[in-house]
Amino acid sequence: MGPAVPSTPPPEAAPGDDAAAAPIIRVEGLTAGYDDFVLLKDVSFDVRPGEVFVILGGSGCGKSTLLKHMIGLYEPMAGHVFIDGDDIVTSEGDARKSILRKIGVMYQSGALFGSMTLLENVRLPLEEYTELDNEAIDLIGRMKLELVGLEQFTGHLPAAISGGMQKRAAIARAMALDPMILFLDEPSAGLDPITSASLDALIRRLAENLGVTFVIVTHELASIFAIADRVIMLDKRKKGIIAEGDPRVLRDTSEDPWVRQFFHREPDAVAA
Amino acid sequence: MAALAIRDTDVGRVLALSGRLDANTIRDVWRDARRALAESSGRPVVVDAAAVDYCDGAGIALIVDLLRIGRREKRDVEVANLKPAFVALLNQFDVGVLDHDLDPEPKRRPAVEEIGAITAGVWHDIREQVEFVGETVAALGYAVRHPSTVRWRDVWVICERVGADALPIVALISFLLGVILAFQSAIPMKKFGAEIFVADLIGLAMLRELGPLMTAILLAGRSGAAFAAEIGTMKVNQEVDALTTMGLDPVRFLVTTRVIAALLMTPLLTLFADLVSLLGGALTLQSFSIPFITFVHEVEGIVDFSDFMAGFVKSFIFAILIAGIGCLRGLQTSAGASSVGDAATRAVVSGIILLVVVDGVFAVVYFFLDI
Repeated sequence: MGPAVPSTPPPEAAPGDDAAAAPIIRVEGLTAGYDDFVLLKDVSFDVRPGEVFVILGGSGCGKSTLLKHMIGLYEPMAGHVFIDGDDIVTSEGDARKSILRKIGVMYQSGALFGSMTLLENVRLPLEEYTELDNEAIDLIGRMKLELVGLEQFTGHLPAAISGGMQKRAAIARAMALDPMILFLDEPSAGLDPITSASLDALIRRLAENLGVTFVIVTHELASIFAIADRVIMLDKRKKGIIAEGDPRVLRDTSEDPWVRQFFHREPDAVAA
Repeated sequence: MAALAIRDTDVGRVLALSGRLDANTIRDVWRDARRALAESSGRPVVVDAAAVDYCDGAGIALIVDLLRIGRREKRDVEVANLKPAFVALLNQFDVGVLDHDLDPEPKRRPAVEEIGAITAGVWHDIREQVEFVGETVAALGYAVRHPSTVRWRDVWVICERVGADALPIVALISFLLGVILAFQSAIPMKKFGAEIFVADLIGLAMLRELGPLMTAILLAGRSGAAFAAEIGTMKVNQEVDALTTMGLDPVRFLVTTRVIAALLMTPLLTLFADLVSLLGGALTLQSFSIPFITFVHEVEGIVDFSDFMAGFVKSFIFAILIAGIGCLRGLQTSAGASSVGDAATRAVVSGIILLVVVDGVFAVVYFFLDI
């Protein structure tokens, strides 16, 4: 079993354009919440290989909770999450490990290890999961950092670089083992428009050049239109998905008042 | 699986890669390819990737490494027949950039410069400590003049953590200290029939020196480190910046409460430690046929009020040192999780050093004052 390798070579066709392709992620009847409070009820959807898939919705609707269930951090109240055909919910031990090696995660804060340089952060999964020699690991780590434009900062500690750079370094670390799927939690949150746009361009470039499937949680409209092939929109009142599809189509044609309100940035009646 | 075939032709050496190149399959191929390149005696080398079925980031790294070695050694190394999908991956990287050495060894400073820098660092630290003492005293003075400005609810919570929560550990250590001191001194004293004087020794040593000092060292390890970590985390999370921008003085807000709590609790804990250690000594001496009442009379006879006060007064100064140094180290925290750990470590180390130094100063002063 190879660590975190895509099951298919980098695509020559546009990513995610084959709707009939077997889903790389399948979420089935997921019910999630905290203690007795149900946040998401009976949520089901598929993510296709190679697409940039965005989970969006207003604050508190359960976007990050859904993401944490998809990566196996939280156990759902009911339902299943299949990653490349394997159920992460019921998996344990080595089976769970082999699923986790297919995914990379970038947390909202970057979650880089503060006592390690950027290169050491990226090297860590390679050291733990491969038997490559030191020089090879070093080169791969540097290449991942070059991919996100941080080759000149390999020796810097996370505290010594900006928030945007930390997020890019976190993406480099998440990509260290060439995962099939990258999960990004609010990648553009707190970034200036230029850095945010650069990050969007990086995500598109990685999806197109490496064929990586992206699952991204965000509510930044500019980012959604720039990167998303497909979106699902969650709503806290309905505790589930209220819209699914191409974000541009949803913006222009959706009949759902809340979807229209979201995409057109209209305030609530009370706030207006 | 990945494989490497080496062919020597008239024009040079061919390294034919085949199969699946990923992080799990290329370890041996990578090593063999490097060796084949090194043994090619300077002839041109072609990396033939025609039979490569799959190549991820690690496979591309192998090819980049061979190109990098060629560039570094001014050798003619080229890649041929790589599938277009993989060429797109390879083209993302600049071999020239990756060929640069990482983090060249930092230039070592001459010894004199190094000593100077360390001295300046120590001097800077002392200045910061003196400034901090000044600020803390001023804040305490303000608190005395305006008691309503002190956040008493915080003070009581900290008192509980510093005082009540520390009772079990202080009791255990003090009791054992009394037992050990009694036992270790009673054995040799018994040879001279002088084991009764062990009570004098324990009484004087614990009340004047060991009671206050051991309690203070325990608190430095427990509460001093906690203060540093707590304030350090607040500093990292910009909570201290938030206080400053709200116009609240961090020293008055964070330090005063902790110093007051330590001032209230340390003397009480010292008193408690004195009593428990005497109890430990008394119980031990029972086994040397010295009854409890005899022990009490002996201690009463040798220890007077000035001995008790000599230790008790010190505990107030120790309290200020422990809380002050813990808060100072917390406020000096820079950024990152490790700096919080550093702050806690420095709080304990410098706290204990200061306690011992100040205890020495007290010993000299008491000697000249004949206390």
